[in-house]
Amino acid sequence: MPNMSLKKNEMPVQDPQVRRGNFDEVALGYTLEQALDEAERCLHCKNKPCVSGCPVAIDIPGFIGKVKEKDFEGAYQILSKDSSLPAVCGRVCPQETQCESKCVRGIKGEPVGIGRLERFVADYHMAHSTEPPVKPAPNGHKVAVVGAGPAGLTCAGDLAKAGYDVTIFEALHLAGGVLVYGIPQFRLPKEIVQKEIDNLKAIGVTLDTDVVIGRTLTVDELFEQGFEAIFIGSGAGLPRFMNIPGENLKGVYSANEFLTRTNLMKAYREGSDTPIMHAQKVAVVGGGNVAMDAARCAKRLGAKDVYIVYRRSEKEMPARIEEVHHAKEEGIEFHVLTNPTAILGDDNRMVKGMTCVQMELGEPDASGRRRPIVKEGSEFELDVDCVIMALGTSPNPLIRNTTKGLETNKHGCFVVNEETCQTSREGVYAGGDAVTGAATVILAMGAGKQAAKAIDQYLKNK
Amino acid sequence: MFKILKKQVLNPTVTRMEIEAPLVARKAEPGQFIILRVDEDGERIPLTIADFDREAGTVSIIFQIVGATTEKLNHKNPGDYLQDFVGPLGRATETEGLKKVAVVGGGVGCAIAYPVAKKLHEEGAEVHSIVGFRTKDLVILEDEFRAVSDKMIMMTDDGSYGEKGVVTAPLKALIEAGENYDEVIAIGPVIMMKFVCATTKPFGVKTIVSMNPIMIDGTGMCGGCRLTVGGETKFACVDGPDFDGHLVDFDEAMSRGAMYKEFERHQYEETCNLFKGVDKNA
Repeated sequence: MPNMSLKKNEMPVQDPQVRRGNFDEVALGYTLEQALDEAERCLHCKNKPCVSGCPVAIDIPGFIGKVKEKDFEGAYQILSKDSSLPAVCGRVCPQETQCESKCVRGIKGEPVGIGRLERFVADYHMAHSTEPPVKPAPNGHKVAVVGAGPAGLTCAGDLAKAGYDVTIFEALHLAGGVLVYGIPQFRLPKEIVQKEIDNLKAIGVTLDTDVVIGRTLTVDELFEQGFEAIFIGSGAGLPRFMNIPGENLKGVYSANEFLTRTNLMKAYREGSDTPIMHAQKVAVVGGGNVAMDAARCAKRLGAKDVYIVYRRSEKEMPARIEEVHHAKEEGIEFHVLTNPTAILGDDNRMVKGMTCVQMELGEPDASGRRRPIVKEGSEFELDVDCVIMALGTSPNPLIRNTTKGLETNKHGCFVVNEETCQTSREGVYAGGDAVTGAATVILAMGAGKQAAKAIDQYLKNK
Repeated sequence: MFKILKKQVLNPTVTRMEIEAPLVARKAEPGQFIILRVDEDGERIPLTIADFDREAGTVSIIFQIVGATTEKLNHKNPGDYLQDFVGPLGRATETEGLKKVAVVGGGVGCAIAYPVAKKLHEEGAEVHSIVGFRTKDLVILEDEFRAVSDKMIMMTDDGSYGEKGVVTAPLKALIEAGENYDEVIAIGPVIMMKFVCATTKPFGVKTIVSMNPIMIDGTGMCGGCRLTVGGETKFACVDGPDFDGHLVDFDEAMSRGAMYKEFERHQYEETCNLFKGVDKNA
């Protein structure tokens, strides 16, 4: 008899009052008992609606069934068939709009905690597995992957498993892409990302850091070096600003810079070589996961007041519900339906405030969300000494500017065949944020998977 | 890891190093820069490419010891390795079609000005170099400049070498004397570049400056290096580092450059104390 509780097993978390002063992981993960109890809530529907909500189509009832049987390694094997980074996805996927949104249990009550179970299984495997990964027999073909973020890592992993000789070229000094420079330690411990990368190396993937494709080497030179196909997963790294007065004052950061300093460059640690401003009153402009991450980092770096400033209402916020919830618990204040119009500086060109206007929602716009309109005479000043712009990012122009025959759209994203991820150039594939613009880790992984399959087909038929 | 092949002390605060970096050497052009980390967990700092040898696969950097990271870098020796060395980044200085150019270098900025002057000379342009230093002991690259310049003016602030004064004085005199420059290329402290631009503007001589703001990744990701050029925000790492000096907001650039001054001073002192301890034990 399944567990008919209407509620998910709650995720154990660090106390908000404590965690806002540290960078340790917030969600602590299910205990074995909680995992077994939660697994019992799955009804094993024949038509598996949850699977259709997963961008990489994980056999969700399958792995949950193994959890029920306490065969956690078996559960991991099912997960890893479709996902190369389950410990990451269990933590950062927006399950509420994907698999869990389709769960039958969600019609009356809460859906099964699929993401939490995924994380449990992946963590269990990491803690208990002693089997070294098996290095596949080489097939003699070389493939280059540009960018060691979620898309690139997934594509490289799948190709390596099929026997390809894969080299990943990464511009930064560390692999992981947004998983290491963007998503903070307290949401995704870097040790987990590192383990996934070590696994890839163990199955034969070569990792070449400090190589900027488009500068150090070009796509054409990669072909000259003997790579037969190239996957571009270079992400969307270029931060957007609002183009309002005062954005170049000291104390205004892009979320990319603020998070990179904090996470990748470890400015959160005492004695770090990389400086970061320890502001007292911080406004983060935007409503996505990146905005939540930046706000929660600012709090942990010692800010007294941290505000989220977002021009639509909370309902339209693209952030995961859990992140919004966690942010509020940690004392982040939300100014929704609020839009900045100028950042104010003192004589020393330091931020001393931000003027905002209040908004109301009008008719839906092209994105389907109701368009915010300025309320007349609603201008007010927010007392802040630091502003972080988390307005999204666009793809970096380095590759498109240095590669002939690569078609991009008006946003600078690569144009690809949706089935195969092939670009306008033979042998060149692309996926992730470089194609979609800023999106999610799991969508990027899905694209990396698709591309790996298509590259395999392409090279087999060549 | 990137091997240090040679090290040369140019003056008490400026060091030259030759690094084994064949991929960077193959692509490097004057005006471009690299980003390095001295060690694991180190800061990423941008440094200009001072010279390169495509055949040998080496890249030279010239740096002034101004903070914790450059202090640590200066304690490395030939045979040691740098953790990271990535590039070439930024756009190369545009020299095509230039027939007569005044290259103005200030202090360690001469490390960038020299390869530009050399390239112009190799392309057949007439090069007038005006280089300025605080005092005689700090002069670098003098012979190198002389070898590629049709005219060479040495300035020191205190008059201990060459002529006494700042670089703008001879520049103005040359322009007034009828030297018809296609372009002035100025590389040095922001304040110097600001005054060079103020000098050339009334004469309408196009002036290019090389900006060296605070940056992290150097590929357009962080936006920390942004500056205002002609009222628009630009990223020095991907749009520059060269810009039309008559359009750059230098006051903003100077202010942004001083963002972490306190922190940097503190780190520098800590590092120096650390090395003092090491040197004593040695």
